[in-house]
Amino acid sequence: MNWRGVYAIFSAEMKRFFRTWIQSLLAPVISTVLYFVVFGAAIGSRISQIEGVAYGAFIVPGLIMLSLLTQSISNASFGIYFPKFSGTIYEYLSAPVSAFEMVLGFVGAAAAKSMLIGLVILATSALFVPLVIAHPLWMLAFLVLTALTFSMFGFIIGLWADGFDKLQVIPLLIITPLTFLGGSFYSIKVLPPFWQNISMFNPVVYLISGFRWSFFEVADVSVGMSLGMTLVFMAICLAITTWIFKTGYRLKN
Amino acid sequence: MAFMNPVIHIENLSKTYKTGFSALKDINLDIQRGEIFALLGPNGAGKTTLISIVCGIVNKSTGSVLVDGHDTVSDFRVTRKMIGLVPQELHLSIFDTVWATVKFSRQLFGKADDDAYLEKILKQLSLWDKKDGKIMTLSGGMKRRVLIAKALAHEPKVLFLDEPTAGVDVALRKDMWNVVRELRDAGVTIILTTHYIEEAEEMADRVGVISKGQMILVEDKAKLMAKMGQKTLSIHLEKPLGKLPVKLKPFNVALGGDGASLTYSYDARAERPDISGLLKALDTAKISYTDVNTAQKSLEDIFMGLVKQ
Repeated sequence: MNWRGVYAIFSAEMKRFFRTWIQSLLAPVISTVLYFVVFGAAIGSRISQIEGVAYGAFIVPGLIMLSLLTQSISNASFGIYFPKFSGTIYEYLSAPVSAFEMVLGFVGAAAAKSMLIGLVILATSALFVPLVIAHPLWMLAFLVLTALTFSMFGFIIGLWADGFDKLQVIPLLIITPLTFLGGSFYSIKVLPPFWQNISMFNPVVYLISGFRWSFFEVADVSVGMSLGMTLVFMAICLAITTWIFKTGYRLKN
Repeated sequence: MAFMNPVIHIENLSKTYKTGFSALKDINLDIQRGEIFALLGPNGAGKTTLISIVCGIVNKSTGSVLVDGHDTVSDFRVTRKMIGLVPQELHLSIFDTVWATVKFSRQLFGKADDDAYLEKILKQLSLWDKKDGKIMTLSGGMKRRVLIAKALAHEPKVLFLDEPTAGVDVALRKDMWNVVRELRDAGVTIILTTHYIEEAEEMADRVGVISKGQMILVEDKAKLMAKMGQKTLSIHLEKPLGKLPVKLKPFNVALGGDGASLTYSYDARAERPDISGLLKALDTAKISYTDVNTAQKSLEDIFMGLVKQ
């Protein structure tokens, strides 16, 4: 195992994150504050409670998950796409670094960045609404698993993309709608039965539900189901990544 | 050069891309320890594909590549640690400093930090005073040096230089040649691909010519030039001649287009040229001349002759 190589990739990615901290860290925090102003103060004041939880607090797990998903994907996809675009990928491919080590470095860094953003958003949220986390370890477990899974998904997008436009296509056209329709700002139980059933095909529902359960012990689906679906999605991403490195798809001719 | 067990052994190597284009066809090549090997070939001949396969950037179709006896696929960790690659294009993270990027390369190859060694190579490449400068602020020549420093950061035994002096001015090119010679003197095996024949002529111990994916020649440079090098004697005449005088016909002489010069071609090694006989014949025929010079066929002429075949 080339741990130094993994550390080199990880630390280079983290340096890039802190070098562009206004874009990396400040922008998501400002977006979250805006969500709180609009949904928490303006609209939330007209909604009393959802399943016994104040609306302002209810949306916190969804907001964190929204940032976690989008940041994991964008950090990981850009992290691997940029060396491909700039040509510096040659150094990674010619180094004694295995596919697993490369994934560990890039995906680990992307997950660490998005978790950091998630925790900063959590701290920011605590300034607006009183927050109690019922199961902090489960909260951390969902945070880590989701960040890793979607960072791996972003990594796949970054490997697949052959232009900057393609980096944005899946996050904009698939992930963002799924997140908004996955119960970030509402419980899917408030939907008519038909749309509730449709929502069950949205994997983000399970992530947000499990994460919200760790805060308030209220969930749209059972926590076991949430965990299971997260792990299934992670396994799919792992399988695709393994296949990419095995075949050299979009990496090696 | 003493031929020991080769540091790189390439056997029946072929590469066919998904498009069906056959970039390499059954390449067999040994690179000897400590030599400078120049790989010559026109654009699209397969030079970069060949070194990319050895370095692990491109997947081979068939055949095998051994570096110091280790297979580049099954034993990739061992082989890649031994190889440094300087790519043709200036592929660098432009926002990094010189020091950060060189340190990154060393870590990526699994080597423990050794700031003293990195300082040594940066000084050797005249980059030490730029170590805290961002790469985007450097000139093209300096960026190329940074690429060499990165390739050397993990102390490789074999260094691949893909067109190392492409787009580099003459002064810097000669400077770069000195760096390459110093590396060879330090025991590093150098394989360079180049378009500049003079580069191969100046530096290489051996030359390989690749054309249309096939290795058409591998030869010791000096032997190659001696074996294939034609010499030409040019005699500039005081007064132009209308036709070649009869007395000169026994010699292999041609009259220049304007009649003002005579050209005598001969093989420097294969025969004993009768230059004195020719000069005597000129005196006998009362033909005066103002200048005499000789020229040897260059590696470029040899190369062009080979790839045209």
